[in-house]
Amino acid sequence: MAASSRRNPPPLPGAENQDPLSEMAGEDSDEGEDIFVGNSNPVAEAFQPDTANGEEPADLFSEAETSTAVNSSITTSKSNGVHSDNENDLFAEVSVELSMENPSTTAKSSGAEFTPSLTLSATQPESMEQLEEEKDEDSFDMEVAVTNPEKIGDGMNAYMAYKVSTRTTLPMFRNRTFSVWRRFSDFLGLYEKLSVKHSLNGCIIPPPPEKSVVGMTKVKVGKDDSSSADFVERRRAALERYLQRVVCHPSLLQDPDVREFLERDELPRAVGTHTLSGAGFLKMINRASDAVSKMTIKISDSDAWFDNKLQEVESEELQLRKLHAVVDSLVNHRKELCGNTAVFAKSMAMLGNSEDNTALSRALSQLAEVEDKMETLHQEQAASDFFILAELLADYIRLLGAVRGCFEQRMKTWQRWQEAQSTLQKKREVEAKLLWANKPDKLQQAKEEITEWEGKVTQYERDFDRISVTVRKEFLRFEKQKSKDFKSQIVKYLESLLQSQQRHVKFWEAFLPEAKAIA
Amino acid sequence: MLFDRPRAVNVDLQTDATLQVDISDALSERDKVKFTVHTKSTLPNFKQNEFSVVRQHEEFIWLHDSFVENEEYAGYIIPPAPPRPDFDASREKLQKLGEGEGSMTKEEFTKMKQELEAEYLAIFKKTVAMHEVFLCRVAAHPVLRKDMNFHVFLEYNQDLSVRGKNKREKMEDFFKNVVKSADGVLVAGVKDVDDFFEHEKTFLLEYHNRVKDASSKSDRMIRSHKNAADDINRIASTLYTLGTQDSTDVCKFFLKVSELFEKTRKIEARVAADEDLKLADLLKYYLRESQAAKDLLYRRGRALVDYENANKALDKARAKNKDVLQAETSQQVCCQKFEKISESAKQELIDFKTRRVAAFRKNLVELAELELKHAKGNLQLLQSCVGVLKGDT
Repeated sequence: MAASSRRNPPPLPGAENQDPLSEMAGEDSDEGEDIFVGNSNPVAEAFQPDTANGEEPADLFSEAETSTAVNSSITTSKSNGVHSDNENDLFAEVSVELSMENPSTTAKSSGAEFTPSLTLSATQPESMEQLEEEKDEDSFDMEVAVTNPEKIGDGMNAYMAYKVSTRTTLPMFRNRTFSVWRRFSDFLGLYEKLSVKHSLNGCIIPPPPEKSVVGMTKVKVGKDDSSSADFVERRRAALERYLQRVVCHPSLLQDPDVREFLERDELPRAVGTHTLSGAGFLKMINRASDAVSKMTIKISDSDAWFDNKLQEVESEELQLRKLHAVVDSLVNHRKELCGNTAVFAKSMAMLGNSEDNTALSRALSQLAEVEDKMETLHQEQAASDFFILAELLADYIRLLGAVRGCFEQRMKTWQRWQEAQSTLQKKREVEAKLLWANKPDKLQQAKEEITEWEGKVTQYERDFDRISVTVRKEFLRFEKQKSKDFKSQIVKYLESLLQSQQRHVKFWEAFLPEAKAIA
Repeated sequence: MLFDRPRAVNVDLQTDATLQVDISDALSERDKVKFTVHTKSTLPNFKQNEFSVVRQHEEFIWLHDSFVENEEYAGYIIPPAPPRPDFDASREKLQKLGEGEGSMTKEEFTKMKQELEAEYLAIFKKTVAMHEVFLCRVAAHPVLRKDMNFHVFLEYNQDLSVRGKNKREKMEDFFKNVVKSADGVLVAGVKDVDDFFEHEKTFLLEYHNRVKDASSKSDRMIRSHKNAADDINRIASTLYTLGTQDSTDVCKFFLKVSELFEKTRKIEARVAADEDLKLADLLKYYLRESQAAKDLLYRRGRALVDYENANKALDKARAKNKDVLQAETSQQVCCQKFEKISESAKQELIDFKTRRVAAFRKNLVELAELELKHAKGNLQLLQSCVGVLKGDT
């Protein structure tokens, strides 16, 4: 299935296809008709503007593809990539029906109101409002959960297996609810695959949680204490968030690798995630940071939007890192407070025992109990500090790194285009020289080369425009998601603080009469 | 530096109009603190009814030591001396802050400076309170309040020329203490016929140790609390920076949350400060006072041993029929001393218990009330903030 991503689409019968395409854009590939299911799979990949397909850039195709891209991005993000190779009429029928039910029809109809604000070349310009108007249609009705970590095997070959459960009404899956067992390297393998396929397009691919040799070794060795339990829980939660982000992303959800990951019972062991994932990811980040330094000089983009956004990303990443460090410190201090409170409570209990005035003795024991309860509160607080706040920040620091990688990809595409332009220029100069020197046979070759490079320049320019669109779209989507995430998580955190304070009040209210009863 | 504060009492004292002492003012100079001791009295031996003098820490110590060394007071619990004012830690922090000024933003610097100044002020208030408590205890004690040195301390408006102990004297003190504790162990080993004192001995030993433990553990707990509050402060600052980068939705959100954390952190800091005042200080005080009570028992034990030795000497003298009169007088003296001490000691220890129970009651009630007040305050802040944030989104 996945292999078909590179196959050539059937030749499209001319301009008339533009309409069915645009209509179809309104539809949602996933709202199921059986016909659809049958056809949907191979198509999933096609949205990824494959430079591989550039082999025969039938103008029609590339045009169609990009207009599809534009259209589908206008409407629901669900409609990704399904359409470039169409068995048309069939689809046209289906699409008409579906587009009725689709809330995005409003978006589609407002397509007429486009105001070109981007300087994109061949494609239909889109307005910024259009992109930003995309409703939160991430109501895919798709839920994934990662649960039940289990240790499989023993000794150094042991590993943790996690249950990945999916509940969905999307028709592209075989069942509505299903679950599989996966291990950490499987998650990393998924990331690698997605990275290879999508990062070149400027997609923001959610990074997986980090490898941890120390943590895993402890688990393998069988150290059954709270730190390994914490580690496993932390990892499980991180894997869950990772998967949720992947399935939230409209293009990634379409990727057959993702579906395979969720559905297939036995996954071939992802090799090379050992060395690749940590190092590979690191490489990407390093390259990104290198490129960033180059970036500020190089891109003389007419569009300052990208520069501004990159700067924002960088400064935000800095602040988040700072914040994360402080939250970490808070977690540690709270854990310390927890320990010290427990110790103090015991000490108080002892003092209460020694005290020979009965009422005071009882009050002191009660105080010891209150402090004990405080300890529990502090512990829960520290956990929520960590799991809600610190992990959120860590996730976003990694995600911002991925965003920067995205911008770098765009930068690379631009560079490639520029280089092609300069090569073309050189070829033209060679041709001029040859003309002057009058060497007909070499001239022919030169002319061929010029044509070739002219094609390349056009192609690369289109690529650049395409990636710019994608990056911009991805970035806006990311910002929205980030805003939502931060708000919901922080509110959740504050609510946990709230509950903690309520119990605080309760405990001290219970103690007060005891203290007053001392005589 | 005049300031208004309620009398901080870790002990419940009956004050009466005949003699009222308090510290009405205090000044912190580079190395020392100058306390203005203010007295109001209807006692005839003072020249005026109301007067003030300026005293330093060393003079308090001098007064305390003069009580300890006075044989007449052997049968009383000598109110424990106030600890030396210690601003070293705070001063060090202020210095570090000054050095690190370049590495932080102006807001951060001002904020931290305010924090440290508040901390300095808190320590200052505490030391004043502790010196005051000492004086009040003396003034409330039926016998000690009549002490000449005490009156001089209160009235003599010139420098008492008391210098702090030099190195040699401090060494002497150290050795005295070593000898005393060794002796104390021996004395403690002697079983007392009197049930009351035997019970008190066992009780005080255990109580003192446990209070010591509780005191140090409470200190550690409160320090962690302060550290957590400091972290929340930094979180608030960073969130503020994040919030001011843009005017998007999420930035406004950050600003609101930053504001919330600013407020909750102030409350957290107050919780730590109140726990310090009501719990930690209470335990520290009773650590010192239980030591003073132990010292009393030691003195009585010593007197008992002396008495028993005198008895033995008398028997020996009678047997040998040599120096009998001398032995008899010696025995009489020891007997009187012992009985005098025993009598007052009993009362002192009973009073100690009453005072202790009252002080604990007062402080625990206040602690609980303050904890409740702060928790409710925090709760309200959180509730309103969560309400606003949820309403916005």
